[in-house]
Amino acid sequence: MNWLNSILVLLVAFIAVFLEASVDTIRHLLGAQIDLLPALMVYASLSSGLFTITALAVFGGLCFDSLSANPLGISILPLFVIGYGIYLRRELILREQFFAQLVLGLIASALAPVLALLLLSITRQMPSVGLEFIWQWLVMALGGAVLTPVCFRLFDGLNHALAYRPAVETSFRLDRQIKRGRK
Amino acid sequence: MLKRPHYIALGLVGLLTLVFLNLPHHAANQIKLAIGSLFIPGFGVSKSTKQLLGNAGDALTTRTELLRQNEQYRQVNQELQIRAMQADALQRENDQLRQLLGLQKQFPWRLRVASVISRDPANWWHSLQIDAGSRDGVRPDMPVMTSAGLVGRIAEVGLTSSRVVLIGSPECKVAAWVEKTGDNGVITPTSSPGDKLDNTLVILSYLSSNSSLKPGERVKTSGEGNIFPKGILIGQTVEDSYRADLGYNEARVKLAADLGALEELWVVMR
Repeated sequence: MNWLNSILVLLVAFIAVFLEASVDTIRHLLGAQIDLLPALMVYASLSSGLFTITALAVFGGLCFDSLSANPLGISILPLFVIGYGIYLRRELILREQFFAQLVLGLIASALAPVLALLLLSITRQMPSVGLEFIWQWLVMALGGAVLTPVCFRLFDGLNHALAYRPAVETSFRLDRQIKRGRK
Repeated sequence: MLKRPHYIALGLVGLLTLVFLNLPHHAANQIKLAIGSLFIPGFGVSKSTKQLLGNAGDALTTRTELLRQNEQYRQVNQELQIRAMQADALQRENDQLRQLLGLQKQFPWRLRVASVISRDPANWWHSLQIDAGSRDGVRPDMPVMTSAGLVGRIAEVGLTSSRVVLIGSPECKVAAWVEKTGDNGVITPTSSPGDKLDNTLVILSYLSSNSSLKPGERVKTSGEGNIFPKGILIGQTVEDSYRADLGYNEARVKLAADLGALEELWVVMR
């Protein structure tokens, strides 16, 4: 297991929740805040193991709920369902493709708020949601879709900068060295 | 067929979700506040950065502009001092009259300023966090306002921060009255799909069926319910309509405070 990658994912999740709560620019401009955790979950489920997916769902969900009026723990399950669903099919997904990242980000970001609202309605703590939610949902889905490839580039850059590179075997062999000159 | 780690992950997530969702309200709040406190240094840095940027902007203001503003504030200050003297005199007169009538004495509001440190990251809740908590004397259900009007009430209190539910959300119903006509009602979230897109509108419900409100009438807190003191401005009526299905009138009210651009708030201490 790549511990560095897992730690980086959790660290970015923490920063993402912080930015969602403290930066208001997108909310002012578009009337809705973009959720960065589904995009991060798409990256984690295509690049990391089940441990990282579970840790991200629990840690990210708890951080998100702690700054929100959501009941504590309501965001864990939607995030995990998205991550686990992608993880089960990841052999069939071309993770390096920009379009695949975009579509997965769109689906994940659209699904996460719907699942969260479904859970809220099951627990009978449904907020007052009207037509404005359709607009918010569109902003969240499209914003998440755009941010997913950004997430992949960010982590590729971080891994490139921080992780050890794999040693490449050269074709040089001592026993086949041609020695020139006279002895 | 799933492998063992899959069962462990599924079981763990299911168990944690069940445990957290079934925690007693107080315990869940304590955990929320503990996790939320991890973000407080970050919010402090964010606030300082905004202040630094604001100061950098101030440095670009010309001396002439500053002198002009200073003069303007001096005039406003003098006007407010005169109004404060008038208000003091009226307060004394009011106290004497209440004493004569045997009514309970009214105490002036004690206000504490607080800054908004974060907004709810979930789009479906209308709440925000402020940088004042139990350490500063803040308690649940204290009203929160700006100089423009009512903003909401304190819902949860931590040591150094509190969560404010904004007016217009289902968690923040306010007993209100129309200043001119004296009609009483309750401020509730708007139910009209069109109005839902505009977060500056709320509904003044449960007005008597024979009330007739004109646009532009000031709506204030009525003081009933003992949460919001009487007289805080809520907004102005836009139009009224009769709900024949429910048997009462209701009016759309445009909020006086701009809930989308809140930075500094006042907590009404009691």
